[in-house]
Amino acid sequence: MSVLSYARVKAVLLKEFVQMRRDRMTFAMMIGVPIMQLILFGFAINSDPRHLPTALIDRDQSAMSRSIIKAAENSTFMNITEHPKTDEDAENLIREGKVNFILMIPENFARDLVRGERPQVLLVADATDPSASSGAVNSMREIVSLGLRRDLQGALSDLADKPPAVDVVLHKRYNPAGITQYNIIPGLLGIIIAMTMTMITAVAITREKERGTMENLLAMPIKPMEMMIGKVAPYVIIGYIQTLIVLLASEFIFDIPMSGNFSTLFMAVTLYIIVNLMIGFFFSSVAETQMQALQMTFFMLLPQILLSGFLFPFLGMPRWAQMIGQCLPATHFMRLMRGIMLKGAGSADLFASFWPLLVIMVVVGIFAMLRYKQTLD
Amino acid sequence: MTNVETVIDVKGLTKVYGDKTVVDHFDLKVPRGAVYGFLGPNGSGKTTTIRMVCGLLVPNDGAGTCLGFDVIKESAEIKKRVGYMTQKFSLWEDLTIRENLEFVARMYQMDNRNERVDETLKDLGLFARANQLAGSLSGGWKQRLALAACMMHEPELLLLDEPTAGVDPKARREFWDTIHDVADRGVTILVSTHYMDEAIQCDYIAYIAYGKKLIDAPSHELVDRVGLHTWRVEGKGLSALSKKLTGAKGVENVARFGTALHISGMDADALRQAISPYLNDETLSWQEKKPGLEEVFIHLMTGSEDNFK
Repeated sequence: MSVLSYARVKAVLLKEFVQMRRDRMTFAMMIGVPIMQLILFGFAINSDPRHLPTALIDRDQSAMSRSIIKAAENSTFMNITEHPKTDEDAENLIREGKVNFILMIPENFARDLVRGERPQVLLVADATDPSASSGAVNSMREIVSLGLRRDLQGALSDLADKPPAVDVVLHKRYNPAGITQYNIIPGLLGIIIAMTMTMITAVAITREKERGTMENLLAMPIKPMEMMIGKVAPYVIIGYIQTLIVLLASEFIFDIPMSGNFSTLFMAVTLYIIVNLMIGFFFSSVAETQMQALQMTFFMLLPQILLSGFLFPFLGMPRWAQMIGQCLPATHFMRLMRGIMLKGAGSADLFASFWPLLVIMVVVGIFAMLRYKQTLD
Repeated sequence: MTNVETVIDVKGLTKVYGDKTVVDHFDLKVPRGAVYGFLGPNGSGKTTTIRMVCGLLVPNDGAGTCLGFDVIKESAEIKKRVGYMTQKFSLWEDLTIRENLEFVARMYQMDNRNERVDETLKDLGLFARANQLAGSLSGGWKQRLALAACMMHEPELLLLDEPTAGVDPKARREFWDTIHDVADRGVTILVSTHYMDEAIQCDYIAYIAYGKKLIDAPSHELVDRVGLHTWRVEGKGLSALSKKLTGAKGVENVARFGTALHISGMDADALRQAISPYLNDETLSWQEKKPGLEEVFIHLMTGSEDNFK
């Protein structure tokens, strides 16, 4: 056995440092990814979300109904953000995912309470994501009795004594059993597509650059648009196959209900696949090597997983994180998939999630076309 | 067919990367049907110039036409009518030979695609191996395939960037036979090389070094135009002689060719003066000769290097 040579180790080590310095993209990733993870995990993610948007219908408008509302807000689980006029408006809000809860206090609530008739208070929760709704659902009864404690003093104190004075009705919508898979599996399709579709197109063009075949392609009379469509279209089919696999699994393995219709689902999936393919195409027009293209894909995937509402409740994130999340295609696709599969929403209900995807598609498409070079410059 | 007499007509083409001028105010006129040789050392700007002519690179300065189309604004039209063979094999190694040719045929929207591909395969002698991956071919075959691929759409102009680099002498010879056949059919050819024996086969030669064109002339006139004088000497002790003559007054360069030395200079008298002490040496045999391309280019290079510094 010969002795290890310090000179040779040093030679390799120095060479690695020099190459690392030249490969700025990798270096930026090595520094950028941990910073991004620190910020996302440290500040953005919240598995015990508070201040979730709530729609309020207060048909009683009494001191007592106000006490309950105040208690609900003081609990920090809910923020009253909407005041729908009708039950139908409220239903739409929760189906579109604009609110997590509907709090309903019926007419004559205070009168019935005083009479000891145990009036109802209704809390409707969007339970697609059990972790987002469970906090408020589990403590609603306590919140109501805490809120009414002051009102039920003196002459009414005997009402408080034989609890409960109020019948708190809880409706867990869309996923009443609180099964996590109901929330995760439809969303997972969004992550699968984001990962594979972006990667495959990002690599498809950088591969031509790396192998030198790009020069040949550019010397031929092909327009950038023809190139993009030709490069992207084959993978749409792959995306459909992935969708089929996830749908079959959710039907036969996970027993996830399919409440919506397939044509809306097909529309959503098609749009989302194309958006991700265009992002990949854009990456490949920026990246010089396949390695860089993969790094960009990974960099994009991280926030798509963490900020899209896939793993952690979207509405539980701070505002700035929600704003970043709004720019990510996965966020809108999560809403579409959960809306269609769990809530049975139709394309009209989901317009609010369709148009951002369209906008992202057009913007990314324009950038990709601008960046795509028809020359070797 | 477009009908312009000057197929390539560019003036002042300039390409700058950072602070390096790779091609510096390059003028070129290539008449229809000519075989135009592009000669120059590695890194002299040959590839960059070819790429600017066919629209793969946008020049920083200069203008001109290729097949009558503006090289900057109408590169799409140029691409349809030009066949470009890249220096590095740039067909798809993970496609079969047939798949590669079919792809190219589709790109140029050929109507009788299948027949054209079959025809090309037969001409190449690759019909039996059509389903083999292109990546499995040897260097010489790859080069022939690449040439066939860029000629399938019957271009009016062929741009060949060092097509014979790394190819064995027999294949090179066959390649040049093909080039002359194609040229006889009226196709204009611009071919870059750094082999002198290939350059001689061209109708015109442009010599480029350090991004500048040093000379551009019909190949049979080129040597006379430079006006160089050369002596050839054979015998013993040539290495020592070479050292003594290098740098002597009147001697511009001394180069070894096989068993002989070629000594060249611009001034015939000064050159004779310089070699006169050794002319009567019995161990040496002297002979005045017409300079070859090689001496001419070494001479041109030496001059331009000085300019460049």
